[in-house]
Amino acid sequence: MKLLSFHLMPYRHLDFEAAAKHRSAWVVLPNSLYDPVLGADEYQSHIDFLVHSESLGFDGLGVNEHHQTAYGMMPAPNLIASTLIARTKTAKIAILGRALPLTNNPIFIAEEFAMLDNLSRGRIIAGFVRGIGAEYHSSGTNPYFSHERFHEAHDLIVKAWTEPGPFNFDGQHFNNRYVNLWPRPYQKPHLPIWIPSQGSSETVVWASHPDRKYPFLVTFSPGELVTRYLNSYRDQARKYGYEPSGDQLGWATPIYVADTDERAREESKRGLETLFNNYLRMTSEMLIPPGYTSLSSTKAFFKMRQNYATRDSYMTAENLVSGGTAVVGSPKTVRAAIEALREKTGFNILIGMFQFGVLSDELARRSIELFHTDVMPHLKG
Amino acid sequence: MPAQVSSVKIRDVNIKLHRVGRGPTVLFLHGANGLPQWLPFFDAIADGFEVLVPEHPGFGGSDDPAWIRNIPDLAMFYLDFIEEMGLERFHLIGHSLGGWLAAEIAIRDRSRLLSLTLMSAAGIRVKGLPSGDLFIWGPEETVRNVYYDQALADQVLAIKPTEEQLDILLKNRFTATKFGWQPRWLNPDLEKWLHRLKLPTLVVWGREDKIFPHQYADLWIERLPSARLLMVEKCGHAPHTEKAGEVIPAVRAFLKEAAR
Repeated sequence: MKLLSFHLMPYRHLDFEAAAKHRSAWVVLPNSLYDPVLGADEYQSHIDFLVHSESLGFDGLGVNEHHQTAYGMMPAPNLIASTLIARTKTAKIAILGRALPLTNNPIFIAEEFAMLDNLSRGRIIAGFVRGIGAEYHSSGTNPYFSHERFHEAHDLIVKAWTEPGPFNFDGQHFNNRYVNLWPRPYQKPHLPIWIPSQGSSETVVWASHPDRKYPFLVTFSPGELVTRYLNSYRDQARKYGYEPSGDQLGWATPIYVADTDERAREESKRGLETLFNNYLRMTSEMLIPPGYTSLSSTKAFFKMRQNYATRDSYMTAENLVSGGTAVVGSPKTVRAAIEALREKTGFNILIGMFQFGVLSDELARRSIELFHTDVMPHLKG
Repeated sequence: MPAQVSSVKIRDVNIKLHRVGRGPTVLFLHGANGLPQWLPFFDAIADGFEVLVPEHPGFGGSDDPAWIRNIPDLAMFYLDFIEEMGLERFHLIGHSLGGWLAAEIAIRDRSRLLSLTLMSAAGIRVKGLPSGDLFIWGPEETVRNVYYDQALADQVLAIKPTEEQLDILLKNRFTATKFGWQPRWLNPDLEKWLHRLKLPTLVVWGREDKIFPHQYADLWIERLPSARLLMVEKCGHAPHTEKAGEVIPAVRAFLKEAAR
């Protein structure tokens, strides 16, 4: 199994009481609540944590892009990737991902990835995402055109990576008279492209297409949905007439390991609950702006929110763990949870997030080290 | 007399058209929320006028063609609509997004227009004074921000829409997003052409408008060559419904005067 250590790089010093007075921890959370001196230390510890993961035998290190939020301090994940390149030797560096529709010139994304690929001599994995709904508020990008922009940017970037330049690109949103990438990517034919997703059927159909076969990563979802989404990718691939390999199926989840289940639950509780309740807190209007998903998906989403009245309901660590959104427990429990999902889906890429919410470095390190000694060998074996 | 509803086809787009009254034609262009219900305002104007209220492409019961991508496209579509419907001389009224649309139509071709009425119109901005954010407000918050009179907001909130009406509201919201998200409710190239609108123009605004603050009305007045302002006190974003008693006679008087 391919194992990645992933980090969101949250700002753990957030004053939750002050933050609760605002609509969300995204977009409108006043940045006066951010202290750069404390923030600088946060960057340091989060980056150290990822660098340490390489020495624990992880195949890859993962970062991602989020804007104007305390949830993650990486509006520019490639800057973190650049630091990681300098401080690591062999680990892949996965940017999961860049939000393609939010930019007005995708060539800059193609160039940055190509640079990183050269700097790292081919260690970069390029994740492509659309960004979450809130980012259409913070970037000003029109969510109605999100899908169009994503696909057009994708086509332009892949073409820029693979076809000799200069060439001309005629799009609806992006028009470039000269596309001529200096440098070209280090990897051939281009950097691997991975697609983190919340499981939308449109993404499954697109990512699994024989022309692409992009690894599909289901992120932060209850176990039942992870199983369903990964299997829907497999089913779609079979409809296309091929059998997908486990290396096309990934699962991203918070993981916490301690010597006993009880202790693991206790120690991870506050980290998990702050992640899902404080850092991810946003309104429906932010999460699903109009056009971000299709009319029917949007309607289904609002109906679901209405039925379960989740808007104001608190997500407890107990529910997150029992529902399989987070993997928490003794090494034996954690092994069993991962094995169970492997049996159900055949997935072969595990993206573990070992630090989450306000979880301290000390606890996160203890957990990832125990994962290293008591879980990893079984998954690698 | 109740409004007649028909479907008219303009190019490849079926438009749901409401029509009431007899007399000189008034074309009314609705706002970003579409036409969730028929307004007393239309019937009041229809006394002595023929009022046409189309649902825009992408709204309500009309088709949603992918090729209409922005308000300038929609304005060009309406030039086709005006020709196909044989509207030779008519009054144009637009509210909010419909006001923006009316101005875009008028700068392209004002030759058939008898008058222009812009109510709480989008399309231009006062720099440093952003519009209220309809896209971040929740549904109740939006209604409360649209009306100054909270008793009226309570009445609106008490209406529970049917499943079908909810579908239409969602469709309208998607289309409003397409047209208005970025730049927010604005065509940066509109303001510089407003000097061409040399025709009788009435600007109607609610003093307490929380979407487009009343200073926006001042900017319209500054840019339009022959416009006068009706500033409605204690009124929000929908003067023609919130203060119908004041707005209807003023608009009727303006239309009659402009028709001379």
